Amino acid sequence: MIHFLANPSNFLKLKNKIFLPTLFLTFIVLGLGYAQVFLNVPNDYQQGETIKIMYMHVPSSWMALFCYSFMTVMACCAFIWQHSLADIACKVTAPIGACFTFVSLITGSLWGKPMWGAWWVWDARLTSVLILFFMYLGYMLLTTSTAKSSDLRLARYFILIGAVNIPIIKFSVEWWNTLHQPASVIRLDGPTIHSSMLTPLLIVFVGFIGFFLLTFMMKMEAELLKAKERRKKLKKVRDA
Amino acid sequence: MTNKKKRILTLVIGALSMAFGAYLILTSLEENLLYFYSPSDVIKKGIEENKEMRVGGMVKENSIQKKGLMTSFTITDFKHEIRVEFSGIVPALFREGQGVIAEGSFKEKPKTLFTAHRILAKHDENYMPPEVKKSLQHN
Repeated sequence: MIHFLANPSNFLKLKNKIFLPTLFLTFIVLGLGYAQVFLNVPNDYQQGETIKIMYMHVPSSWMALFCYSFMTVMACCAFIWQHSLADIACKVTAPIGACFTFVSLITGSLWGKPMWGAWWVWDARLTSVLILFFMYLGYMLLTTSTAKSSDLRLARYFILIGAVNIPIIKFSVEWWNTLHQPASVIRLDGPTIHSSMLTPLLIVFVGFIGFFLLTFMMKMEAELLKAKERRKKLKKVRDA
Repeated sequence: MTNKKKRILTLVIGALSMAFGAYLILTSLEENLLYFYSPSDVIKKGIEENKEMRVGGMVKENSIQKKGLMTSFTITDFKHEIRVEFSGIVPALFREGQGVIAEGSFKEKPKTLFTAHRILAKHDENYMPPEVKKSLQHN
């Protein structure tokens, strides 16, 4: 499977097959999810209406972690099998992950002010997520559009070193006293969110994954076409 | 050993040493990573006057007293307690039985009174509609 997809033309063939169905499903799932959020989700017994911010904040935060984990897996693949397509996958995922992290930080701030009484605090959770944001930006600086494939190879190590931050973000709320509350969904003893609030959250999250797949596929295609164009130009120069 | 196996081994060793390094750094930073101390932490360390710090825990039931802008209340971790006074507007979620973090310092007299200049409300990880909360209390 990995070797099959590591071939650019196989990847593009698969992309052409699943792009439209994914687009269609993503629209439906996000539409259904947010309709639930605005029509059906009850107010929280403590936090009232502000609970609605959760349906932007939590999926974005999960995607912020997911994108970096995905880049880490891709960097490992690129390292082990020397697939250059995996390097390109890292390169196109970074800005997507950075956007999700940014949305997570902003919505968190907008939620923090009315509930906690602060836009921002330097507790372990918030700080480690801010570091994740800077990791994305740092990686993007290393792999700007003019980056050569050798630059991408070096940038792999940057991803792998930064991966140590991911478990720190996840467990920061358990290891240290933080203002941010502990996990509500992914925990050993089951979710602590009432099902009427949890189901829409999971539906919206599926929509976010669909959104990620769409942007990922589009950016991959653009990147592969650019590489093809570059090879053509090089060939012309060589032939002349 | 093939090249591929060598590279996998490199990754595994790299990951292990990074995890170990991170463990060393984080454990040596220890309490510098804590955003606040619980009343038990504070009492164990001994109260120091005029030292900026944050204390956090639960607002004890029936402990809030208001006098104009002055709010005083007790922070508890169900083992030890700290009396806090604060002048200003408290966050909307500030209430008895909920989490709270107070930023300020212990004054010289009386030594056990914590004067806060900032109050943050800390909520827990439970989310539910009010009806569910009510029926939980009935049971």
